[in-house]
Amino acid sequence: MKEIIQVNKISYSYPERPLLFNQLSLTVHQGEWLAIIGQNGSGKSTLARLIDGLLVLNQGEIIVDDLMVNDQNIYDIRDRIGMVFQNPEDQFVGATVEDDVAFGLENRLVKREKMHEIVEKSLKNVGMWDFRERIPANLSGGQKQRVAIAGIIALSPKIIILDEATSMLDPRGRKEILKLVRHLKEQNRLTVISITHDIDEAAEADRVIVLNQGKIIDENTPRAIFSHSKRLKEVGLDIPYTAKLIAALVKRGIVAEKSYMDDKELITWIQQLVSAK
Amino acid sequence: MSNFIFGRYLPGHSWIHQMSPQSKLLLCFYFVVVIFFANNLPSYGVLCVLILVAILSSGISIMYFLKGIRPLIWLIIFTVLLQILFSSGGHVLWHFGPFSVTDESLINGGFIFMRFLLIIMISTVLTLTTTPLAIADGVQTILKPLKKIRFPVDTLALMLSIALRFVPTLMDEMETIMNAQRARGVDFGSGSLKHRVKAAVPLLVPLFTGAINHAENLSTAMEARGFSDSEHRTKYRLYKWQGKDTISWLIFILVGVAVLFIRK
Repeated sequence: MKEIIQVNKISYSYPERPLLFNQLSLTVHQGEWLAIIGQNGSGKSTLARLIDGLLVLNQGEIIVDDLMVNDQNIYDIRDRIGMVFQNPEDQFVGATVEDDVAFGLENRLVKREKMHEIVEKSLKNVGMWDFRERIPANLSGGQKQRVAIAGIIALSPKIIILDEATSMLDPRGRKEILKLVRHLKEQNRLTVISITHDIDEAAEADRVIVLNQGKIIDENTPRAIFSHSKRLKEVGLDIPYTAKLIAALVKRGIVAEKSYMDDKELITWIQQLVSAK
Repeated sequence: MSNFIFGRYLPGHSWIHQMSPQSKLLLCFYFVVVIFFANNLPSYGVLCVLILVAILSSGISIMYFLKGIRPLIWLIIFTVLLQILFSSGGHVLWHFGPFSVTDESLINGGFIFMRFLLIIMISTVLTLTTTPLAIADGVQTILKPLKKIRFPVDTLALMLSIALRFVPTLMDEMETIMNAQRARGVDFGSGSLKHRVKAAVPLLVPLFTGAINHAENLSTAMEARGFSDSEHRTKYRLYKWQGKDTISWLIFILVGVAVLFIRK
């Protein structure tokens, strides 16, 4: 598989603070869903901002789709990456839904007729076309994030970075947004990087990177990562619901052969246990 | 705040709704200038008829306009009373100490009342039929000539539209902070002046820091979406000068000329 993002031995620190990243390297493959998890202050969001060129590296290099992240390529790189941020309120630039989706297109000097076409298509794609004349104050958090996603797919990027995009939403809004992104990813063969501390969101990824204090401490499929839940707990992260349930059962003398299963596996296993008795 | 209708927008599809914002803004300004030319009963009569036609053609109930005046009524009454009680000239009808009421001062007071009324009416017609965004765009179009002297018109328009977009957000936030501080025992709106000013501090400081946070996050989000500067951009919305604008301007100019002839 092609590597769409390469992070080579980067170092970064915020002014007047100790080094956050020291010689960090990682790669993202084209078309994968990568989850980066870690506690607050582990450097997840900083990493996303470095990839998009919103922060400037101290050392090392980042290559996005064969382009080095630097001043000359910055707008080409931002054409390829769409970012959804944490706070739905703060990334809503436009006065209405339509204007917000059009913002990125206006910056890229798209012609007006073409713009109207794309805005309509993008808003229909996320199911917000009926809300096009609403102002942000009259939208829920989940709806605002949908609009943010519409603004990004209007620019047809290759990579979507969700920078804790669901952390301020209720469980239903979170599920809806993730479903939407998954659908868009499959439809347009996108690469998705989701930065999160929601463990259930990470469980849906193809690959998980665990970041702690600027260092990668684990990198594997969600299944493999969640099978060693002890290590997650050590760095202050939660474990998925099913893993908790299995652990609780083990405590009561019901031994499972695996320490992590997804919902379906867990249900079949319990059904087997019950029918065996 | 709920009965303060000045600056609120009511959606609709009337003649006035469909006019371009730049012509509405200029028309509003022009009308205010004309108001100051009127100085006798017939000229005010003509202007009243015109404003009534404008209100009726906006398709918005007249009750809304009356509500718009309500918060300003004390200011109007105060000014009118000052005018009536302290002006001289004409026959004295009643006097007491430094106060006197003359027939001329009564008439002048009436005119001032009419001016207030007409100015509030026309600006309410403007804000009720135009979205804040359209007003920002209108300002940008009107100020375009200033670009020649390197005035940053596009940046100003962007700032204006972001400011307008954040008004409801910051209002909500203020409400939340106020309630949060009340829950901790801060008493807003009672006690001496000094006490009240002190009570405003736990409201203003978080509101400011919140605004700075918003600004930082918003600018990051704007940059990530490819914003480089406010000049090299295309525009999603287009507000063109239309036939409706020309016709409205013709009517207003005719009325303006008529007022010039009728006035004393």
